[in-house]
Amino acid sequence: MIGVELRKLFRRPRTWLTIVLLDALPTLVAVLLAITHVGPRPGQGPAFLSAVLSNGSLFSVAALAIVLPLFLPIAVAVVAGDSVAGEAAGGTLRYLLVRPVGRTRLLVAKLAAVFVFVGVAVVVVAGTGYLVGRLLLGNQPLGASVSSVSGSALTPGQLAWRVVFAICYVAFSMLGVAAIALFLSTVTDSGLAASLGALAALIGSSVLLTLDAARSLQPYLPTRYWLSFIDLFRDPILWRNVERGVALQAVYVAVFLAAAWANFTTKDVTS
Amino acid sequence: MIRTEGLTKRFGRITAVDGVALDVRDGDIYGFLGANGSGKTTTVRMLLGLVLASSGRIELFGQRMPAARSRVLSRVGALVEGPAAYGHLSGRANLLLADASGNRAVRGSRADRAARVQQALDEVGLGGVDRRPVKAYSLGMRQRLGLATALLREPDLLILDEPTNGLDPQGIGEIRQLLLKLHAAGTTIFLSSHLLAEVEQLCTRVGVLDRGRLVLQEQLAELRQPTGRVLLRSPDVPAAGRLLGSRLVEVRDDQLVVTGDDPAGLNRWLVSHGIRVLELTVERRSLEQTVLELTGSSADRHDRPSDTADRHDRPVS
Repeated sequence: MIGVELRKLFRRPRTWLTIVLLDALPTLVAVLLAITHVGPRPGQGPAFLSAVLSNGSLFSVAALAIVLPLFLPIAVAVVAGDSVAGEAAGGTLRYLLVRPVGRTRLLVAKLAAVFVFVGVAVVVVAGTGYLVGRLLLGNQPLGASVSSVSGSALTPGQLAWRVVFAICYVAFSMLGVAAIALFLSTVTDSGLAASLGALAALIGSSVLLTLDAARSLQPYLPTRYWLSFIDLFRDPILWRNVERGVALQAVYVAVFLAAAWANFTTKDVTS
Repeated sequence: MIRTEGLTKRFGRITAVDGVALDVRDGDIYGFLGANGSGKTTTVRMLLGLVLASSGRIELFGQRMPAARSRVLSRVGALVEGPAAYGHLSGRANLLLADASGNRAVRGSRADRAARVQQALDEVGLGGVDRRPVKAYSLGMRQRLGLATALLREPDLLILDEPTNGLDPQGIGEIRQLLLKLHAAGTTIFLSSHLLAEVEQLCTRVGVLDRGRLVLQEQLAELRQPTGRVLLRSPDVPAAGRLLGSRLVEVRDDQLVVTGDDPAGLNRWLVSHGIRVLELTVERRSLEQTVLELTGSSADRHDRPSDTADRHDRPVS
């Protein structure tokens, strides 16, 4: 069933259009940087942008940092929000269920397809970032060492591992959004409502993160540790927030998946 | 085949289906009749495990639903409330996806998937369909594609909700022939419809739903028994009337309603007395008459309270 869901997802032009649009913004940023050579000063603007002018291979990480706060969650929320609600709105959900596909099985397949989409989207963004960075921005030889956020030098081998970790961490950070959108997708028959609901949760979380009065809530907000992947480029790696981020996302995924399962398996399918 | 007891579904304060006891037997073509909004679709959805019953029990093939749904539904083909398919894919691609869905017991082997899909398309008359996406299909083609999906695995039981919706008269005829062919090959068919004529032509057994209650469940042949009267058409109405005397029940234009169940004898008697006979038939109850007598006004009518009161006061004819 997972194979069927993947085929459905990746044979839909919309999916690829989403991924292309995700790549558009980092590419535009790279082009602008290459033309103007005006980078943000260190410590300002999206992470790593100041560093990419000298080393284009870091742009893969910078591209992730650019799409992470808004573009990537939107893409994930749209795909996950549409997963069950879209089938309901199109009337195909009832035919899947009488085929029969068990409800739990369908939900797991949908979830797996969304997770694969998250992975593909993140890898494609990072890959495009790397290519664009190498082509347009600072092209230090591949073997040269890169300075970490903390200032010490990283060998290319160390850097490659950290980029892979970063990609995994960013993808994992998106699973919480995916789970929230999937849950809402089982509640409503409108994919749009589910996607916007999940985004509302994220925007709410981002607003509370800027509010000092909400300090006691902040460790539990879904977007709290999203940008902690930067810590992977410190020397030595600062694991604390990365670990917390992973644990927090795991809790969000578990809670919302359980809610989605409980709702979907007991629900009257009247669409 | 299908058996329900006290099947009830409440949506909030509204009782959509109320104590329905269906009994569909092996080899039936069961016509499930009811006005729009009478609860037909909700009942069909409960049979298929899409909507969960508030109370009552459902058995398909002697197994409890929805507990046994994976075993039961793998022997059922269904068309529920109009066909649905992925609009951006072709009909064939849709069927290939449907065939690949479900657990291992449900889906067929991958090797003969293409052949199975081709056979289903052939059966509904879409065998030569091109690669255009389903969103470019006409309503009739979509309906045929929906039927093809239901037939994909040669089901023992077909549950069809308004299968001829959107088809032209030729298409309706073709679908009727297809259903009769499947029935002859041993498929039990449960056909939900509000088209009395369709049910009358096709079905062997009829159930009538009115406002969520099953008001009738009977063999069609029983319902269409002769009424004990003969309909006579003759150019000599006055003379025939005098001759028949007290056997004459009613005169409608050139048609006389006569008591008796032997049209052949009546014919000989009339002709021997010089009455010309144009047409002579045994009067049978029509399904429409029966259904209209048993059911109230259309459920999608929503009159103001005083109007409905009038309607209820009116004696049933």
